[in-house]
Order: sequence, then structure tokens, then C-alpha cells
Amino acid sequence: MRKLWDIPGGIHPPEHKEQSLGRSLIDLPLPPIIVLPVSQHLGAPAEPIVAVGDKVLKGQLIASGNETISANVHASTSGIVIAIEERPLPHPSGMNGLCIVIEPDGADQWTELPSCNDYRQLEPPALLERIQAAGIAGMGGAGFPTAVKLGSPLKIETLIVNGTECEPYITADDMLMQTQATDIVRGIELLSFLLKEPREILIGIEDNKPRAIAAMESAVKEAGNEGMEVIALPTKYPSGGEKQLVQMLTGREIPSGKLPAQLGIVCQNVATVLAAYRAVRFGEPLFERITTVTGEAFTEQRNVKVRVGTPISFVLRAHGYDPKHASRLVMGGPMMGFSIINPEAPVIKTTNCLLAPSLQESPPPQPPQACIRCGLCAEACPASLLPQQLYWYARAEDQEKLKAHNLFDCIECGACSYVCPSHIPLVQFYRAAKGDIRRHDIDKKHSDRARKRFELHKERIEAEKAARAKAREEAQAKAKQRNREKAAPTAGKKAPPNDANDKASLVADAVAKAKQAPVTDQKAKLERKLLSANDRLSKLKQKLLETEHSPDQADAIRARIKEAELVSEAVRNQLAELPKDKAPVTPKALAVDAVKPEQAAEPSDALQNELQQQLVLTRKKLADIDPADHDGAAALQLAINVIVQKLENAKTQGPAGTSTATERASNIESDAITAAMARTLDKDKVQD
Amino acid sequence: MALPQITSPHAHSQNSTGDVMRLVLLATLPGLIALTHFFGPGTLYNIVLASITAVTCEAAVLKLRQRPVAFYLRDYSALVTAVLLGLALPPYCPWWIVVVGTSTAILLAKHLYGGLGYNPFNPAMVGYVVLLISFPIDMTQWALPRTVLEEGQTMMGPLSALARMWLETPVDAYSGATPLDLFKHHDGETVQQIYASEALFLEARWAGAGWEWVNLGFLAGGVYLLYKKVFTWHTPVSMLLSLGLMAAFFYDGGSSNSGGSPIFHWLSGGTMLGAFFIATDPVTSATSRRGKLIFGATIGVLLYIIRTWGNYPDAVAFAVLLMNFAAPFIDYYTVPRGYGHEKSRPGRGS
Repeated sequence: MRKLWDIPGGIHPPEHKEQSLGRSLIDLPLPPIIVLPVSQHLGAPAEPIVAVGDKVLKGQLIASGNETISANVHASTSGIVIAIEERPLPHPSGMNGLCIVIEPDGADQWTELPSCNDYRQLEPPALLERIQAAGIAGMGGAGFPTAVKLGSPLKIETLIVNGTECEPYITADDMLMQTQATDIVRGIELLSFLLKEPREILIGIEDNKPRAIAAMESAVKEAGNEGMEVIALPTKYPSGGEKQLVQMLTGREIPSGKLPAQLGIVCQNVATVLAAYRAVRFGEPLFERITTVTGEAFTEQRNVKVRVGTPISFVLRAHGYDPKHASRLVMGGPMMGFSIINPEAPVIKTTNCLLAPSLQESPPPQPPQACIRCGLCAEACPASLLPQQLYWYARAEDQEKLKAHNLFDCIECGACSYVCPSHIPLVQFYRAAKGDIRRHDIDKKHSDRARKRFELHKERIEAEKAARAKAREEAQAKAKQRNREKAAPTAGKKAPPNDANDKASLVADAVAKAKQAPVTDQKAKLERKLLSANDRLSKLKQKLLETEHSPDQADAIRARIKEAELVSEAVRNQLAELPKDKAPVTPKALAVDAVKPEQAAEPSDALQNELQQQLVLTRKKLADIDPADHDGAAALQLAINVIVQKLENAKTQGPAGTSTATERASNIESDAITAAMARTLDKDKVQD
Repeated sequence: MALPQITSPHAHSQNSTGDVMRLVLLATLPGLIALTHFFGPGTLYNIVLASITAVTCEAAVLKLRQRPVAFYLRDYSALVTAVLLGLALPPYCPWWIVVVGTSTAILLAKHLYGGLGYNPFNPAMVGYVVLLISFPIDMTQWALPRTVLEEGQTMMGPLSALARMWLETPVDAYSGATPLDLFKHHDGETVQQIYASEALFLEARWAGAGWEWVNLGFLAGGVYLLYKKVFTWHTPVSMLLSLGLMAAFFYDGGSSNSGGSPIFHWLSGGTMLGAFFIATDPVTSATSRRGKLIFGATIGVLLYIIRTWGNYPDAVAFAVLLMNFAAPFIDYYTVPRGYGHEKSRPGRGS
């Protein structure tokens, strides 16, 4: 007998499982309409690839999950797409979301499916691709895309198959294991092959499902796989939580904020395993699942095979649902399921149970009383948290304390709420607090970014100022020294070569420097100076634009503009007077030099891409901007024009070369303007 | 079809705060029976009067605070406070002692802090300490147990008990020192000498006539509550263990300096009432298991120190109140190690 570990806490609510096990598994008939949400999984929604009026076949891909974490959606029968629109979703919030609505033609005609007789001929990436194509997402309730979970590059030592089904009432996985154990074991073998033969394969089933355990054990025996073991776990909610199951089977804890894969463990629900097998073997996409329809408000309680997209109301009618006797309608189990507000919402890939308990089974919630800190919640918590402390902190909105007490390790299993003698809806408090903290963190990230940008900007300005002051001092000191040298009649000492010209001390200094440092360095330096001066100038001009309603400020800014212009002029002069031992030194040429190496490494395509992105970004900004902000809009429009111009240039210039570099150099100034305007606008936004 | 939006979980265990409190009330019965058997009906009167006062005060405050009165009264917490205080007060103490103590407990110690769940100190013990400090003579006169009454003395009947409470008729002959008093003023006698000379011990097996049975009664009630999982074993067991260890350490072979044996301390005064009914009050004690161990053990140590070297014969109330002060501090440093964390970080959560 394998050693099992206990988990802290846990509860033993009434199981109510026999209610739905009295009848055999049947197929639910075709509903008059099929509503397929594009987001039935965790991650990015899939994108519809059919149009209204299209004829689709059963199993045909109708929305494709293009993002890394997403899942495909397939038609669950043949028919006509009659709408692609927002419809009520089965979601705790009762919100609407994009759905593809199909009117079945009744023929239930299959599309062609790519079957595969021996998956061992395929490489793991090809297998993953098949699982991904079939749109398989965790069927235990979370709906995480299976291909992503299986595609972890880490070496997996332990494959855990989750058949615990610890929630009361639900028997969908139980029924699945009883009826399709052989195929589940084949699926496990497939995953084992895909994960490059993990050291151990553990199939965890709670010991309140003796028939499922027997079926799985005999299937494993038949398969003759030595590394595979069916383990009966003591019944205790929430043994089926991924973290809890890992702890019970291996004695290890998944470090907070990490994934099981980082311990070399992968968990998969039995239904998911079977779906993955059918996807690889028969090319069958996931569009049908076993759902437990249970609760005393149904006259007929049982497990049914339901097509994904079947409206819940259709399932209810088929099982004699009596709304007068139901205290609520729940998708999922009584511990973690959520109440359905609109029964027109459809069954989705994660719908393992539709529960309509009677008022006796699930009386309306009682009004909460004061917390007496009895600590029953802490005794029940499987994550060893202190729920009542979390409750106080949640009520005080003390986010620091909540985080310090590991609010985010709460798996929302509901054990604390279940045992609370004061009927406090603890989990609800935690959910709300988590939402608040997430929102707060996002806000903080934004403001941090803005502050950092502002600080960097300030730093740059300070540095420039300091550099200018230093240069001026040095120049004055040198000029003084030179004057002293000239005044003192020192025989035998050769005068500096350019001394005769007796230009301004500044220039003389520059020339003296030029002898020591390579001229290009100096040019680059001056060039940078010029750019920053121009940058400053454009920013000030922009500011002037914004402050035209307050004359005092405008005057001040005008004065500063004048000053900036003088600086710019001076630098330009300095540049012009550099020794002309090389090609004429212009800002443009310098910039060309600066850009060249970068240009060489970067094909013009990349440049175009970059500009393209810039354009999109700026356009978005323009769309987002407050309509009242005419100046901002004008500035952004200008920026867009500039980018478009540059894009044109980049396109016409073709491949990388000096000409493009020149072009870019000439654009540096306008770049600076664009950047400056964008910065100002951003700053405004933050202030808003 | 209009459907209610209710958040998970959709199942709930059957217990409620009222049930918990009713269990506690039920568990005081063995101790109450022992008290009544050995000391007469005084305690019963205390409890009845305290209960009436507590419910009246509670209802009045709830009304003033504009809370639903019936809803809050149904949590039975006021009754529990009243019963615990009634058990702790000397039988046949004047009626106004009971009224002052109970109203202090409910009004000052409970509702001024925000009501049930918000009080930092155990209300019954606050009431008790206020009385003990304000009226020391009335509070330290205990009736003699039935078994040590002399020739011609009889137990006080229900009517004379009432007269004693309401008219304060003097009954000096009926009251005397408790075993703890005797040990405090043992004038150089060894433990053996005390046990051999005092009627209270001659009529007893371990720790003084009547008292040992009262304590065993509360122990039985406490074990019942443990069995019913009203609280965990950590606080009472650690408290009794540390009290026993202190007594064993300072037993000194039963010399004239001895503070008494562990058995004597376990079965004397309010030890068992304190361990199972007072220190386990969840509102005012430490939260985590480790915290409860520290909380209980320190109460045991304080209890022994004040009993043996302090000015008061018994010290459950002081020891518990002192640790009520410390409970948040203990909580701060005993946050349990959470799932997936290397170790608990004191004070910051794990």
C-alpha cells in the first residue's frame, strides 16, 4: 500500500452523490439552438473564423485560439451560423460575452476528422498540436488549456490523474471512470508518452467511489503498465484541489506562486485525459461532455452527455426542473460552483454539474452574525491560513496585512464559510479583497511607471545643466590661463597653433580639446547637446501651446524658449567651427555616423516595423485622448503625420544603406519632437 | 425565470453560534450541580439573577445601538457571560454584587468595545475583577461545604438563602476559609500537617471538601465540550500542564514553604472552570494552535504565581485578563506556516 499524506484542515460535507448515480448515462437530445461562447477556457478568447450565414459541420473549427494561452472552439452539431453576438455567459457575474449561435439542421453531419492509429509514430510537438487543435481545456472546472499545461519544457517525473471529484453532488467523473476506464487508461498512456515517460503515474480517486476505483484498477491491470497505480484517497473535501492532491499523493507542497511542473509534477483531470486521447486517436474536438444534473428540484437526477453550447434551460426542461422548489441554480458543485442568473446561458467545456437544490437541501443563506474568533475556519483551512484574521483585514481593507497573511494562497474552496457558526460569507470577502488588491496593484504599476519616467526626465535635465555649467567654468579657466600666458613674455615657448586667430576663448578651447580627443568624439558630444537642446525647445513650445490661456506663464515660457534657442544656436556654432580635417561636419552627418552601426545590424524591415508600431501606438493614443483636449489631439495628429512620412521614406528607400541612415538622421529632430509630445501627453494623462 | 445570485459555498454545516453557546451552557451543569450540592442554592440564585441582569442590559444596549434585539439575543453570548460570572461569585453574596458585576461585564467589557466578537477582555472576568477589587470582603467569603458543617449547623434552605442575599442577614458561622486560603496562611505548617489538622482536608480526598468535586464537575463538562469540538485541546491542556509543572517544581517535598501539590492546584478554586470555560473563550484568546499553547501555558504559570506569592487567594481572573492583553501579541508571532511556504515569518504571515 502506498504511503499517503494528510492535508491540514478539510471538511466532510454530506456527499449527496447517490442522487445522480441511480440512473444510467444517456445522451441529451439535440437542442433547438446551440450557443458557443468564444471564451470557455482560461486565457484569451478564441477569434471567430466563421460568418453569419455560414453552414458549419459537427466538429468544425469555428473560432480559433490564436494566443499562447487560448483554446479553439468547434461546432457541436451541423447547422447554420445565425448570429455572432453578445449573449449571457455562464459566469459568476452573469455578464454577456461573444457567442457563435448555430441553428442545428438536425442532420448532425460530421466534418472530416484526422484520425491516427498509432500515436507513437508522432513526435510530442505533433501530438501537442493535435490536442491544441481539438480545443481541449481542463474539464475539472478551471478550464486551463491542456496543450499549454502539457507543453511545459520541464522534465516531468510524476503524472497525477485527478479522479477525486471531492465536491458533493457531482458524479460526472465517477460515471466517466465507470463507463470508459479503458479509454481513460489509453489516454494516460498517451500523456505518459507525450511527457517522455514520467517515473510514476498516480491515479487518485476518493474512496467513496468504489465502482470507479474497481473499473480503473481492472483497466490498469489489463493495460499491464507497471508504473501506473490507482490510489484510493480518504474522502475529505478539498482533496481534489491540485495543490491538495499533490500533497496527499507525494507529501510535497507546491511552493507559493509556482506551478506543479516546477516540481516535476503534472495534474490532469480524468475527463481531460480522455478528451486528449480522443483528440489524438480520432481527431475528435472537445464539444461534448458528461454533466451531472442533480438536486431535489429536478424530478430526474442523472448524468447526461451534453453538447457544449446547449442552453441550460433546455437541460433543465429535460430533467423536470421545478423552479418553485429550487433554492438556487448552480453551475459546478455546492462548494465552489457559482449561481446561474440567466438559464439561457449555455453549457460549456467546464460544466461538470448543474445543481438545483431544494430549499431543504440548501436553505437561503442566513444573516451573518459577529465573528467570535472560534477558529473553526482555521481548523478547516487546507492552506493553513487564518481565515478569521483575513476576514478582519478584509473588512478593514488592510491590503498589506492581507498579503502578509497569504490571501493569494487561498484556493477559495469554501471550507471556512462552510464551518463558520456565525454564517459569515468568508470566501466572498476574500474574493472581493483579491479583486481590490489586483486593481490596486495595476494602478500602482501605472503610477510607478509615470513617476519613474518623470524622475529620469528630471535627472537628464539636471545632468545637462551640470554639464553646461562645468563646460563654461572650464572654458573660462582656460581662457584666463591663456591670457596670463600671453601677458607674461615667456621666451622659447611655442604658442598654440591656432593662437594667432585669437578667436573666442570657447572656440580655442574646443580646438585645444580637438587635438587630444578624436574629433568624432567631440562632434558626437556636441551633437547630443544640440539634440537635447532641440528637444527642450520643442517641449517648451508644446508647453507654450498648452498655457496660452495664462499670460504670466506663457511669458515665462517664452523667455525660456529664447534661452533654449540661444543655447541651441551656440552649440550649432561650436559644431560649425570644429576643425574641418574630415568631411564637413554637420549634425546630419554626425547622426549618420551614430546611426550607421545600428543600421547595419537592423534591416530596414525592422525599421518599418518599428515605425508601424509607433504609428499604431500613436493612433491608439489619439483615439483614447479626451475629446476636449484639442491641443493634445493636434499634437498627436502632427506626430502621426511625421511617422507616416518617415514610413513612406523608409519604404521608398528600400534596403539598409547610407541613404536610409541619412534619412533617419534627418528624422532625429522630428523624432525628438514626437517623443516630447508623447511625453507631455502621457504626463497629462497621469495627472488626470 | 428569476434566479437568485448567491455566492459559493452553497452548502453550510448545521452549527451556529447559538448552538455553540448552548453547548457551553449545558457543559456547566456538572460543575453547577456539585456547587449546589456542597454549598447550597446560592450559586443557582447568582446565576438566575446574573442572567436576568445580563439579558436586560444586552437588550437595552442593542436597542440603544439600534441593532435587532431578538436576533442578537439568540446568540446566547450574554447568557454565557452571566452563567460564568454567577458560577464564579461566592454563594449568598449580596444581590447588588451580582447586578453590579454582570452589568459591568455586559456594558463595560462587552458593548463599549463593540459587542460580541470585539471585546478584548473576557467580560465575565472583567466583572469579577471589578467586584473583587471594589468589594474584597464580600467577594472572599465562601460558604462552608456541606460535609464540614459542625453539630447544629445545617445547609441554608432556599428561603434563608434568599433572605441572606436580599436582606444581608449575617451568617458568619456558615462561611469560612477556602482550601486556597488555608494554604496561603498556613503559618509554618507542612502540607501533611495542614491535611491532618483542617476539617476541609480531613473530609476530602485530594484538594479540600467540595472543591475537588466542583472542579471534577467542570473537568467533565470541559471534556464534553472538547468531544463536541467546541474548542481544541491546546489552551486547557497547556494551562493545566504548566500549572501542574509549576506546582511540582515548587512542591518542595511538602515542606512549610510548599505551595501545594499539582493535584491540589488542579482541583482547587476556579482551576477547571478557568481552564475549560474562561481561558477557552475564543474572542479573547490567541488564534493559532501554537498561539493557544503559549496562551494557555502562560495562564497556568501566572495562576500559580499569583496564587502562591500574590495577595489574592485565587487568580484565574487576573491570569486570564493579563493574557487577554497579550493575545494580539501572541497572534502576531504565531502565524502558522501556510501551504507552499518554507516557514512561518513571525509577525508578517508565513
